[in-house]
Amino acid sequence: MSARDEILGRVRAALADVDTSADVAVPAAPRSAAPPGDVVELFLERVADYRAVVERCSVADLVERVRAALPEGGRVVVPPGLEIEIVGAVADDHLSAAELDAVDAVVTAARVGIAETGTIVLDHQPDQGRRALSLVPDHHVCVVRADQIVPDVPDAVTMLDPSRPQTWISGPSATSDIELDRVEGVHGPRVLHVIVVDP
Amino acid sequence: MSATFVGMPAFPEAARAALADPQLRHNLAHATDTIRRKRASVVAEIPEWEELRLVGAAVKDSALRSLDTHLVELEERLVANGAVVHWARDAAEACAIVAEVATRHSAEEVVKVKSMVTQEIGLNEALAAQGIAAWETDLAELIVQLGDDLPSHILVPAIHRNRAEIREIFRTKMAAAGRPAPDDLTDDPAALAGAAREHLREKFLRAKVAVSGANFAVAETGTLVVVESEGNGRMCLTLPDVLVSVVGIEKVLPTWESLDPMMRLLPRSSTGERMNPYTSTWSGVTPGDGPQEVHVVLLDNGRTNALADDVGRQALRCIRCSACLNVCPVYERTGGHAYGSVYPGPIGAILNPLLKGTGVDEQTDSLPYASSLCGACFEACPVRIDIPEVLVHLRTKVVDSHRGDRVLKPEAVAMKAAAFAFSDARRLALAERASGLAGRVIGRWGKTRLPGGRPAAGRIPGPGAAWTSARDMPAPPKESFRAWWKRTSGGRS
Repeated sequence: MSARDEILGRVRAALADVDTSADVAVPAAPRSAAPPGDVVELFLERVADYRAVVERCSVADLVERVRAALPEGGRVVVPPGLEIEIVGAVADDHLSAAELDAVDAVVTAARVGIAETGTIVLDHQPDQGRRALSLVPDHHVCVVRADQIVPDVPDAVTMLDPSRPQTWISGPSATSDIELDRVEGVHGPRVLHVIVVDP
Repeated sequence: MSATFVGMPAFPEAARAALADPQLRHNLAHATDTIRRKRASVVAEIPEWEELRLVGAAVKDSALRSLDTHLVELEERLVANGAVVHWARDAAEACAIVAEVATRHSAEEVVKVKSMVTQEIGLNEALAAQGIAAWETDLAELIVQLGDDLPSHILVPAIHRNRAEIREIFRTKMAAAGRPAPDDLTDDPAALAGAAREHLREKFLRAKVAVSGANFAVAETGTLVVVESEGNGRMCLTLPDVLVSVVGIEKVLPTWESLDPMMRLLPRSSTGERMNPYTSTWSGVTPGDGPQEVHVVLLDNGRTNALADDVGRQALRCIRCSACLNVCPVYERTGGHAYGSVYPGPIGAILNPLLKGTGVDEQTDSLPYASSLCGACFEACPVRIDIPEVLVHLRTKVVDSHRGDRVLKPEAVAMKAAAFAFSDARRLALAERASGLAGRVIGRWGKTRLPGGRPAAGRIPGPGAAWTSARDMPAPPKESFRAWWKRTSGGRS
């Protein structure tokens, strides 16, 4: 018998006493009360808690703010579909991992922001680029539109498309592996700079 | 390449050795205290936490109650998404599948995301036997691997090490595994993390094959989810050409929406954060992004044994957050090595006997007793596994599995003697007279007194030694209830 058939057979035998005919659907998870005040402000506060750099600006100021957020004289890569003009930046064109490692910073858009947990979710569409792009460079500038920010995790899960690869980012790379003390900066970008732009 | 748990002594013996190590006890007390505070403060932020736990438990239960259907659906969706699905009955089959994939790509090394299941199946040792080096990339796993040590915690396998010990391991062992630690390395955690970053970067950039586990596997969409902090997971899941994920069959979630309670429960219970730094989800192969050859190994390795136990199957709800370890008064004092398994602490005390069976080896049979049944683990568990209930159930199974032994355990002899005495009034009267006499002797000559002044027996020799080596036995009353009743006519005179 194949391993597949044997395992499925064992599962069925193990569950012989279980009658699922009367099982009811799992209730939806409870939702937190809407946060008092502005979800965008809560998002900024919660992202800052992870020791990421956060700021909020208008569309008119965006290009200047992004430029100021980048390391001076650094090499910058951007995803091919990013709609922000960044002078001197290279658009990603299947750069190898080693080539990405030689880049100092990356600028991407995002798919959704979660206020309660201070999380940015990328679903790696053309304005965010493939997964390696926002991983290998040490400095990630992420532009989130204020209208992309939702209150809590369930709102994000409902909006996201599971068929797309996703990266949920909550602050810069960190570890608690040494005496359970949180330290920022291991393998992912050590600087996360989030710019929320009001439309 | 790394040590194994094979041949570990039973819990009481291993615990005694751990308790005698003051450095270990200091490291553990400090770390568990830190994490308990962090968890308590972020859990307190969520007024609906209790309801969320109920839903979390219900989601996992609904997955387990129709596990066969969900597994078939998961396989279908994964294949439709371009992944190759393998099934492994046990550790050896799973290791062989991973080794075969690596060998087919002529890989002499693989990079690994921290994963409990690959520890459980001894994948690193199996790959080493085939000449393939498996590099652990999680910081704590790297510390354990370089130190030729054993993991002692689910989330933080090097919890038993302090910063000075870690610096020493990096300075003496990193060079043999690749890029050496810098000469001026200090014991500042940020500097140690920086050294790990430099050491592993070259491995990430050149790796062709990566191995991961998964925190969740969504059946409906064929999506795997890895929850991590450092970015080593993202490196492994994204940069290599080939990805092999070993997934226990209990990791299944029915629907994408059911990820919501889990992603609210897990980070707060685990690292005490509102959200962990990085979570990656992927559904098979994404053209032009990440590994273009994706394998998923669905592993049984005893999970169907646990599923067949109607009390114990709730243990398969476990999402490996390790909250139960951090609150356990036993774990806090003995550390993880004493449990002799990659799954230590309260969850390990039930999971190991459920996966391996009771009555098979003494070490596993000792685990359900490694608890005071205080219940702190159940309170902390985000998916409400009633660990004390399962511990008591497994103790019953351990006792039952020894009923036919030719040489009875002292406990069984004592129980048989008690049954003999209690089943006949005259025998009971004789026993009561003997115990009354013992009470008089201890009261008169014994030096030990319990709080409140009641006399107690100190260390007694013979069969009672094991019991009294760590406990005071109260002296039996001088007069039994029946004798008192007879003497006073039921208290009337």
